[in-house]
Amino acid sequence: MAAALSAKDFTTAQEVRWCPGCGDYAILKTLTGVLAEVGAKKETTAFVSGIGCSSRFPFYVDTYGFHTIHGRAPAVATGLKLANPELDVWVVTGDGDGLSIGGNHLLHALRRNVGLKILLFNNEIYGLTKGQYSPTSRPGTRSPSSPAGSFEKPLSPGTFALGAGATFFARAIDTDKAGLGEVLKAVHAFDGTAFTEIFQNCIVYNEDVFADFADRKNAADMQLRLQHGEPMLFGANKDKGIRFNADTFALEVIDAEAEPDQVLNHDETNKVVAGLLVELTAPVALGVVYRRPDESFEKSWYAARKNGLQRTRSVADALRGTNTWKVS
Amino acid sequence: MSCTCFRTDKLISVGPHPDSPLLMSERNPKSSIVVRLAGDSGDGVQVMGSQFTTSTALSDTDFATFPDFPAEIRAPVGTTFGVSAYQLNIGANPITTAGDSPDVLVAFNPAALKVSLPLLKDGALVIVNNDSFTSRNLIKAGYSDDPRDNGELDSYQVVNIDIARLNLEAVKPFGLSKSDGSRCKNFWALGLLMWMFDRDLAPTENWIRRKFAKKEVVRDANLKALRAGHAYAETAELSEAIPRYQVETAALPAGDYRGVTGAEALSLGLAAAGELADKSVLFCSYPITPASPLLHHLARFGDLGVGTFQAEDEIAAICAAIGASFGGVIGITSSSGPGIALKTEAIGLAVNAELPLVIVNSQRGGPSTGLPTKTEQSDLYQAVYGRNGDTPIPVIAARSPGDCFFAAIEAVRIALRHMTPVMLLSDGYLSNAAEPWKIPDIKNIEPISINATFETDAAQHAQSLVFRRDPDTLGRPWISPGTPDLMHVLGGLEKDYDTGAISYEADNHQRMTDMRAAKVAAVERFIPPQSVELGSAQGDILIIGWGSTYGPIFQAVKQIRQSNPSVSFTHLRHLNPLPGNLAELLGGFRQVLVPEMNMGQLSTVLRDKLGVDPVSFCKVSGQPFLISELVEKVMTMLPVVALASNDPVAKGHT
Repeated sequence: MAAALSAKDFTTAQEVRWCPGCGDYAILKTLTGVLAEVGAKKETTAFVSGIGCSSRFPFYVDTYGFHTIHGRAPAVATGLKLANPELDVWVVTGDGDGLSIGGNHLLHALRRNVGLKILLFNNEIYGLTKGQYSPTSRPGTRSPSSPAGSFEKPLSPGTFALGAGATFFARAIDTDKAGLGEVLKAVHAFDGTAFTEIFQNCIVYNEDVFADFADRKNAADMQLRLQHGEPMLFGANKDKGIRFNADTFALEVIDAEAEPDQVLNHDETNKVVAGLLVELTAPVALGVVYRRPDESFEKSWYAARKNGLQRTRSVADALRGTNTWKVS
Repeated sequence: MSCTCFRTDKLISVGPHPDSPLLMSERNPKSSIVVRLAGDSGDGVQVMGSQFTTSTALSDTDFATFPDFPAEIRAPVGTTFGVSAYQLNIGANPITTAGDSPDVLVAFNPAALKVSLPLLKDGALVIVNNDSFTSRNLIKAGYSDDPRDNGELDSYQVVNIDIARLNLEAVKPFGLSKSDGSRCKNFWALGLLMWMFDRDLAPTENWIRRKFAKKEVVRDANLKALRAGHAYAETAELSEAIPRYQVETAALPAGDYRGVTGAEALSLGLAAAGELADKSVLFCSYPITPASPLLHHLARFGDLGVGTFQAEDEIAAICAAIGASFGGVIGITSSSGPGIALKTEAIGLAVNAELPLVIVNSQRGGPSTGLPTKTEQSDLYQAVYGRNGDTPIPVIAARSPGDCFFAAIEAVRIALRHMTPVMLLSDGYLSNAAEPWKIPDIKNIEPISINATFETDAAQHAQSLVFRRDPDTLGRPWISPGTPDLMHVLGGLEKDYDTGAISYEADNHQRMTDMRAAKVAAVERFIPPQSVELGSAQGDILIIGWGSTYGPIFQAVKQIRQSNPSVSFTHLRHLNPLPGNLAELLGGFRQVLVPEMNMGQLSTVLRDKLGVDPVSFCKVSGQPFLISELVEKVMTMLPVVALASNDPVAKGHT
């Protein structure tokens, strides 16, 4: 038996060209560690990406990779997965690549539930093209293309995914090795489209845009770490909880010690609650927000074909058609 | 190849009517008979046409068809723009076009009559559905008075039949509503036509039984209508006025035959290519007219090792095909011009990644949405030149419905040999047109080889191993995820010639650009020299065709050569690169004529690549060339040639 692989085995000799201090480094490190930990095989793992900073990822992992064109990674990955459903196909994308130019493909990958592991690095800005506002930028974002501040309404990746029929939605912070690691392991184990939003800090064009909840000093009061079946508690002493208010049809923060019975238990199969959780801003919900396994696209596709993509009849037979005649 | 070398047969008429076109054709023998069916788009004309085609095929007669339908699914009833037609040329050999002018017209309404009338031969037989000639329908068709009464039809042989009423009477016992009952009238008229051409009803009856197996009443009503139309023609007193056509069996080369449309043949060709390469095929497409029939046919080819994926858009379709090719399956995508435009960026990706891919373009009229259901050849520039960067790809074209089979195999062969995307040009006419097809023996077709993998060389990085190109083809080995020890990254960024790693280095980009051009040029070494289809390799005029103009040009040149043997015809399969001897072949003629269903795109390509200056003959009416207009054009060129041979001043004047 081959020796178990380490994180280092999944790292290439390529010089990494992200800006020093970029959140992508942390994601890369955690991901290669997870690949080693879950026993992934290099030859059956493929990373497919589009265009953007995050999309350089395939060059830095020692597996198969395809750095495609802007926004189209989910489509390329779908073809790859259909051609060989045994592969672990990861898609790395960003908020511009995945939600702007490639929004359609992301939507349909989610709708079909293709067995892809999609990581969306959300930094709320266009990095590689030098700092224009993106579809997830907050109103007021000043950028070269919005000098007076953007007035567009941002898209929420979680709401988008759930609306598209996602069967898995999770969230993590780039530098949160433990939280991100847990999520990535769940992603690896999932059969359908495992869609994850990773809050990624662009230190050049949108520094600290997530600091209000991602900073260590704010973490306790601003991060709701979800665990299936566990009460939704947060705060330094786990003294705050989340309650569903049936009058307003909304989630609200309550004093968990005063009203422990009112605190919601996280049910990751509840899509309605998932829809409310992804809209929460204080605290921000992290971890596996929604997971409801369903048959993957490729499984259904192959189930409809008795012998997969194997040839069981010669074309010589099909050439004869239904109405043939002989000329002698 | 396809059925183009059949013997000529003559038509024999036993019809009693003195003005019957067949009797006329006996006096002045015609090489074929052309039947046109025309009605509203809801009249079932296409079904009627395809069933009549099947019966024609089964009676061992050569044929070519041309379904001509509007873009709207159900255009406003009774209007001229809502007319759906099906034209069929049957009888003598070789039949390579659907015929210039119909000898027989079945017109279901005034609009169909109005649209078809200018096409008819003098003396043609016109069968009119009398019931539809109401004042309302006449107005809708734009007639101010009834063409049956105002002398407009005097030069034709008109047979008025109450098709609608007779059909409704026939299907009355089945208790259908009036609208459902009247839907059977295409079968009633088909029955009539079958009698006229002495066709066996059984194949159509079997088709009706299969098609309406779950709707017994509809099935029985259609069967009844078919037989009633047949019986009407046979027994009614009118049968004296309806000519009967006896078309002799065509003497085709011995073998097994079937009818085939271009879309069917192309689909079978893609499946055959997979078998010849011993690889599976993934066909990724987005619905678009007139390319969708490929998706429909291939969706039923699961047992032939073909998968289909209906993507969310044109871009996703090509990207999924590229992903499939990366995954070790032959990726194919298909569309028509507007969709191909959307795929352009991804074609460049496949070029850069050096992945095999076939892009099928079933061309239609442009620009933009243009004429979705009408045929054109106006995407040649797009195919040869239409990408950002210096991004050449091989381009080939199919010439006839049956030829689509071989063109598809050739496209896959080039893609796998050179590891490149290949554009295969078909068009709306080829997609829908049908012809009898001698079923090819796949055992006689050379297998398609896959570029060999190699022993892993531990000293070399996988990234460079997968880009070690064959010196003759410049194709690299095809390595897919799942292969141990050859992990590599593909992409759209420029890469180092040797190592395959990203490179922005200036000299390397020049070298890679040269390599990509040389790769496409290398295709030429594997294609046979261009030969003439008709005529000798030297003479006065050489007509060069490509794609679906093959049929009309072939017939026109055959006709012209009877009086002017100095006219020759050659037809291109390979449009990029062009055959290596093409310049030499052209040099053997005083003039070169390029008839095209565009504004002169092949002429431009020939000027560009060979430095020649051909005469363009362009037609962009959405309809295939007529034989007569090609003959006429060549005739206008001949005197110039004759003059040129005597008068040095006129030389070179075109």
